[in-house]
Amino acid sequence: MANFKARIKVPKKAKKGEVFQVKTLVTHKMETGLRKNKKTGKKIPRFIINKFACNYNGKEVFSSNWHPAISANPYMSFYVRAEKSGSLDFSWTDDKGQVGTKSAKIMVTG
Amino acid sequence: MACKFIVFSIGLALALGIVHETGHAGEWGKYQVEDRRSGYTYRTKETRAMQDDDFQNPGMALVDEGEALWSMVDGKAGKSCASCHQDASVTMRGVGAVYPKFDIGLGKLKNIEQQINTCRTGQMQATPWKWEKGQLLAMTVYVRHQSRGMPMNVKVDGSAAPFFEKGKAFYNERRGQLDMSCGSCHEAYPGTRIRADMLSQGQGHSFPTYRLKWQKVGSLHRRFRGCNKQVRSKPYKYGSDEYVNLELYAGWRARGLPIETPALRN
Repeated sequence: MANFKARIKVPKKAKKGEVFQVKTLVTHKMETGLRKNKKTGKKIPRFIINKFACNYNGKEVFSSNWHPAISANPYMSFYVRAEKSGSLDFSWTDDKGQVGTKSAKIMVTG
Repeated sequence: MACKFIVFSIGLALALGIVHETGHAGEWGKYQVEDRRSGYTYRTKETRAMQDDDFQNPGMALVDEGEALWSMVDGKAGKSCASCHQDASVTMRGVGAVYPKFDIGLGKLKNIEQQINTCRTGQMQATPWKWEKGQLLAMTVYVRHQSRGMPMNVKVDGSAAPFFEKGKAFYNERRGQLDMSCGSCHEAYPGTRIRADMLSQGQGHSFPTYRLKWQKVGSLHRRFRGCNKQVRSKPYKYGSDEYVNLELYAGWRARGLPIETPALRN
């Protein structure tokens, strides 16, 4: 597994039916594939995270495909409706097929 | 009756005038001291929001990295930063506000990056970190971050005075094919556009800063080199005496402004 430095922010507790915000930030240089090495003139190969997904208790609740225009150190935030206590599992897939994962637990009350 | 009304109007105008004056002075809150405004105040509200939210600020990743390096044992002496300095949030608080400062042993100024490498080669007997590479940047960010919110307060008198004067001279000296000094932009035109960017007042309190253009954190010396290249003069080396002196002058220009490391700029 690739060593992705990621930060996630998920509330520890939520009421059933409540819509909460999830914030994620992953450290990655997101090489676009369009830059050239100034000395050799060769193109620097593309190396980006191309897929981000979030599973809530095994069910995909959010995913997005990323392209070269996404900045370095991508920040992504979205909203999820609380249904059951459990875990939110995040995954980032890069061009080399490496997958970085991180998960957070959430308590759903009521 | 009419006379009374005029008196009342004048009184009202004076009162409003005073309110307006104070309102103006405090417009940017802590990011403004007298006529000195932090580069923060020249950025768009979106960029400012990114800096204000520690989670969104990508520079904070380097703070985490620096924290891990702080207690990492390295070198022949088997020490880490924490072996001598213990808790960084206590021992390093205020350090960012006073560097670069005069070093008696060297007989010249020393900035935080150089102090970190002096510790590494001296106390830890480890290899010095390279300028502008991840580890040195991370540690510099981490050390300066401990002083976040504290006012810049570099010492420019006493033994630091001659170096301060050199820094000031560098700042005001015209250079490069474009024949421009730092002040040609940063003193004459702060708040106006330089192509797509907005000029700040040329201060050093927010560095190392995450620059959206760089897509990473960079040191003040990298910024100096960028500026020097833009006026088509030959940049000096990272950590050169010229830049360290200039760093002191840039720090003095920001006196009283809160340290923002890791700040976010475009």
